[in-house]
Amino acid sequence: MVEDWKSYEPLIIPDIPNLHRIEVYEEHDGYRAFRRILDNPEEWSRTNVTNEVKAANIRGRGGAGFNAGLKWSFMPQPDERPRYLACNGDESEPGTFKDRNIFEFNPHLFIEGALIAAYAMSVDVIYVYIRGEYIDWVRIFEKAVEEAYEKGYLGEDILGTGIDIEMYTTYGAGAYICGEETGMLESLEGKRGYPRIKPPFPAQKGLWGNPTTINNIETLANVPLVINNGADWYQSIGAEDHNGPVLYGISGHVNKPGVYEYPAGMPVEDLIYDVAGGIRGNKELKALIPGGTSTPVLRADQLEGVSMDSNSLRDAGSMMGTAGMVVLDEDTDMVDLLWRITHFFHHESCGQCTPCREGTGWLEKVLLKIKNGEGEIKDLDLLLDMTTQMEGRTICALADAAAWPVRHTINRFRDEFEERCKKSVHAVA
Amino acid sequence: MTEQELAFTQDELDEIERIKAKFPTNKAATLRVLWVAQEKYGHVKPEVQNLVADTLDLPRSHVHGVASFYTQYYKEETGTYVLDVCTCLSCQVCGGYDILHHLEDELGIKAGETTEDGMFTIQEVECLGACGYAPMLQVTNGVYANNLTKEKVDKLIENL
Ligand SMILES: NC(=O)C1=CN([C@@H]2O[C@H](COP(=O)(O)OP(=O)(O)OC[C@H]3O[C@@H](n4cnc5c(N)ncnc54)[C@H](O)[C@@H]3O)[C@@H](O)[C@H]2O)C=CC1
Ligand SMILES: Cc1cc2nc3c(=O)[nH]c(=O)nc-3n(C[C@H](O)[C@H](O)[C@H](O)COP(=O)(O)O)c2cc1C
Ligand code: SF4
Ligand code: FES
Repeated sequence: MVEDWKSYEPLIIPDIPNLHRIEVYEEHDGYRAFRRILDNPEEWSRTNVTNEVKAANIRGRGGAGFNAGLKWSFMPQPDERPRYLACNGDESEPGTFKDRNIFEFNPHLFIEGALIAAYAMSVDVIYVYIRGEYIDWVRIFEKAVEEAYEKGYLGEDILGTGIDIEMYTTYGAGAYICGEETGMLESLEGKRGYPRIKPPFPAQKGLWGNPTTINNIETLANVPLVINNGADWYQSIGAEDHNGPVLYGISGHVNKPGVYEYPAGMPVEDLIYDVAGGIRGNKELKALIPGGTSTPVLRADQLEGVSMDSNSLRDAGSMMGTAGMVVLDEDTDMVDLLWRITHFFHHESCGQCTPCREGTGWLEKVLLKIKNGEGEIKDLDLLLDMTTQMEGRTICALADAAAWPVRHTINRFRDEFEERCKKSVHAVA
Repeated sequence: MTEQELAFTQDELDEIERIKAKFPTNKAATLRVLWVAQEKYGHVKPEVQNLVADTLDLPRSHVHGVASFYTQYYKEETGTYVLDVCTCLSCQVCGGYDILHHLEDELGIKAGETTEDGMFTIQEVECLGACGYAPMLQVTNGVYANNLTKEKVDKLIENL
């Protein structure tokens, strides 16, 4: 757990005016990591860059926490095929609103990170896929890309090295499932965002069948920090086995919601009470959803001593996810909340897999019944049973993501759900 | 407008060429060209989808499939302003439904409907990635209106 966080200086979104402009970024050592690599290609061979990033243990900030450098190492040896890096800026997990801050306040840090990744994996083309609703941020980001082209960091013969890397920005049109990495690849290919069966993983068969790596925007923004300061330094920030800076998006019933950058492993209570200013109206904390809708809700009494890193959250009974923390006060109606969550997943299921398409629909239907006071206690067990039938049986993790909140919310707030159910005939008699 | 009258201007065709140049296939440009069409016509009804398909030399069925999959494309005509009210997780717990119901009352329509004068359409939508500024809404796939109160909503409608 991190204790000395009060002295922490933000690295991903530092407080520097106009950092989104390339001159300002360069004045603050911007593109230094990338230049260093290009200037010392022996010290910084493609393999060495990958190994350094792997050693740093940048856990994927898109939610699954996979080591970024390790993922890069899955790319096959270059052959005649084009190679791609697809950057995931779809950001649609309810409670998650952090990547847009990078587009807005420090886009060049991300571009530099993507360039280093592209160099390490011998990538020819970088696609940046942003959710369509973020059109204003797309425009902001496109300006940054233009600047990077003008300065010679992108395009042909980058800084006179003979290396060519293109970066193309594109955007979606409203579909949560396009954040799932293979759904995003389908969308980039101009199709419906139907996730693909894995394996083959995208490194083997990605965009148009070619080697492709997918990383989240925030993940890539961490890469220049590692090259500038080394893997050991990066490892020393945050918690054991979950390190580096994290953008915590805090929403719900707090006085000061927003995106805050602190090390991984922050004490949950410090984030809620110090960073985000405590609960609105001086109410009691009831529960926390730590990392976006799909991560299991934790009751206030489960949060003592818990920190925001994968080990601590796993022990507490949840997951880090996207670090999009939704804080819930004592007045929160957990039945209404869970119904709305299942409505979301039902709406967003792409419909390819029967357990997901039908399962999410039934979850919503039964929960609506309970919400309206027409459910019975046995419906709760039916719901729990359905979750086990959905989990692990589908093409992508959306079905799991829909099942987990149902199971854990019912188990952790069973009284509240039972109270909402009709008393059975037997109980009355 | 009849189907024969639909056409992209030269500027739009140039824009479409620039989009196509980003990708190795025409198909990959589908989403972006649907956006170009929606900006021009305000919707992508079936005849507009056909224009997109013909311009990109793609099967019309492909473009219909894509247009129907993504929620931001308007498959029917909408009001001049589309108010997308988020009622998802963080907005729900911060009063998103109050905002939605207030709008419905003020405009005399339900979510999914358009006012008689054709000015406003209300839609209830999923998380828009602005959870820290809840409750919020988005105006016609563009501007975000954050930290809403009923008063702020009234002012917003007045000023549109
Ligand atoms: N940022 C957001 O808005 C959202 C994030 N999520 C998060 O997404 C997570 C699930 O994502 P998934 O991609 O399904 O997780 P995953 O665990 O299947 O994969 C994580 C990454 O590691 C790679 N990978 C895993 N095993 C591999 C292997 N054996 N070989 C090669 N590559 C491998 C995958 O290709 C992927 O890039 C959830 O935990 C959730 O928190 C979910 C919804 C929205
Ligand atoms: C249903 C679903 C939606 C997802 N949405 C996103 C998303 O919006 N943004 C994101 O970065 N990752 C999302 N992911 C995770 C991606 O599949 C993938 O793990 C991630 O982009 C890889 O990048 P990272 O390793 O750098 O985190 C989603 C996963 C699932 C199952
Ligand atoms: S699990 Fe659900 S969202 Fe994922 S591919 Fe299957 S039907 Fe689609
Ligand atoms: S829940 Fe409304 S913007 Fe995220």
